[in-house]
Amino acid sequence: MSETDAGTLPPPRARHHKGIYDAVVIGGGLVGSAIAFGLRQCAEHIAVLDEGDVAFRASRGNFGLVWVQSKGMGMPAYGHWTMSSKELWPKLAERLQEITGLEVGLEQKGGLHPVLTEQEYESRIEFMNKLLSQPGMVQYDWKMLDRKELQDMVPGIGPEVVGATWTNVDGVANPLKMLRALHTAFDQQKLDYLPLHPVSEIDKINEVFELTTPHGIIRAHKVVLASGLSNQKLGEKVGLSIPVRPQRGQIVVLERTDRILHTPFSTLRQMDEGTWLIGDSQEEAGYADGVVGLPVLATLADRAARTIPALRSVRVVRSWSALRVMSKDGFPIYEQSTTYPGAFVATCHSGVTLAAAHALRIAPMVIEGSLPDDMSVFSTRRFHVQEAA
Amino acid sequence: MYKRLPESEQAMTGHAVAVTINGEPVHCRQGDSVAAALLAAGHADCRDTPVKGVARGPFCMMGVCYDCLVTIDGQPNQQGCMIQVRPGMVIERQQGARKVMA
Repeated sequence: MSETDAGTLPPPRARHHKGIYDAVVIGGGLVGSAIAFGLRQCAEHIAVLDEGDVAFRASRGNFGLVWVQSKGMGMPAYGHWTMSSKELWPKLAERLQEITGLEVGLEQKGGLHPVLTEQEYESRIEFMNKLLSQPGMVQYDWKMLDRKELQDMVPGIGPEVVGATWTNVDGVANPLKMLRALHTAFDQQKLDYLPLHPVSEIDKINEVFELTTPHGIIRAHKVVLASGLSNQKLGEKVGLSIPVRPQRGQIVVLERTDRILHTPFSTLRQMDEGTWLIGDSQEEAGYADGVVGLPVLATLADRAARTIPALRSVRVVRSWSALRVMSKDGFPIYEQSTTYPGAFVATCHSGVTLAAAHALRIAPMVIEGSLPDDMSVFSTRRFHVQEAA
Repeated sequence: MYKRLPESEQAMTGHAVAVTINGEPVHCRQGDSVAAALLAAGHADCRDTPVKGVARGPFCMMGVCYDCLVTIDGQPNQQGCMIQVRPGMVIERQQGARKVMA
């Protein structure tokens, strides 16, 4: 960007640190923010480079589940990783509250996956058995609840609901409060959050990364790519090939009501403040995140109304779409570049669930300068192996 | 507090629309919105916010602020400023967040 263009931008936020940062995170969404928060607990000089409001912002469009059940089919290590994040979540929420005074709506009281037909009932049991019988898979209690058991847990379930799988390891958070708490912590701990700093070039000169932005060059000893769908492009600059694509999800929001749903469904939840979210649609629709469509919204609304029929009278107040960041196989990617050591990538489609693992496990690994051997399963080498085979 | 213009009072003569607000009979001018009827009858608030329980009453009078949500004929969260009074309408102040199930 030329100096003339830069002149039309608002003046950049004053930086606390003028020198070389210990680490810079590219991307200020939930993944980047959680890692940056974790880095700041291990090192003093940390910065987050973010885009402006035109960014795709998966973090502002998600459902907020802290979810374990169903995850890890085909990669048991992902099941363990997810479970470890679930277990670290209370610690992260507590630490954020200590620093910022903000609570993030974490509720880990179990979660439900609804089944609406006999056929779904059988295939759900089969799926869960297969998932948990994979060699080396993390183990947790789950149960197929029949209608009567479900009625005891959720008031007003509809006559079509056959049952639901239940685990006590699932839960929810409020993703907007979470993002706010992380960014408030940045200010409290003098971490430099720098919006309107899209990175166009990454160089490494004399062991120091130089990141080119419209506001000049930012220098750091380490750099973490956490920019979601932009990781693909930025990865090329540090010798990483990161295959990610957008997968669109749409969400329907109902007006606030008194709280009646205390155990969330994977497709329907009630927020801490009473708002209802209906979601979990998955579409391959390119980058069209400004579009919602009646066929998907109607299906979402129909399933929710069949789950809890009283919701038919509750007004829809908003709907939106956002883009999940999907890797080729749907699992997260964590890797350090071999050609540009000190450059890491972190990308996934479960930024809320994995926030605690990102803050409390990935960040110390970055400061340490190496990912332990058991993380190699998450590297992009898995894609190369498949291509060779 | 709000007061009807003399022309408005005059227009009601012989043509008043009878409704009840919180069980009390109230006469309104034909064409009044529920929100206008509430204000004219001296009701500054018609609901509580769902999170903090703070009283709210009609504000924008044009359908955008949603502060005038109120229970009309048993239906909660109706926009008072966008609905005209009808004879026999039952208007009730909402206490707390709206309920999903009775």
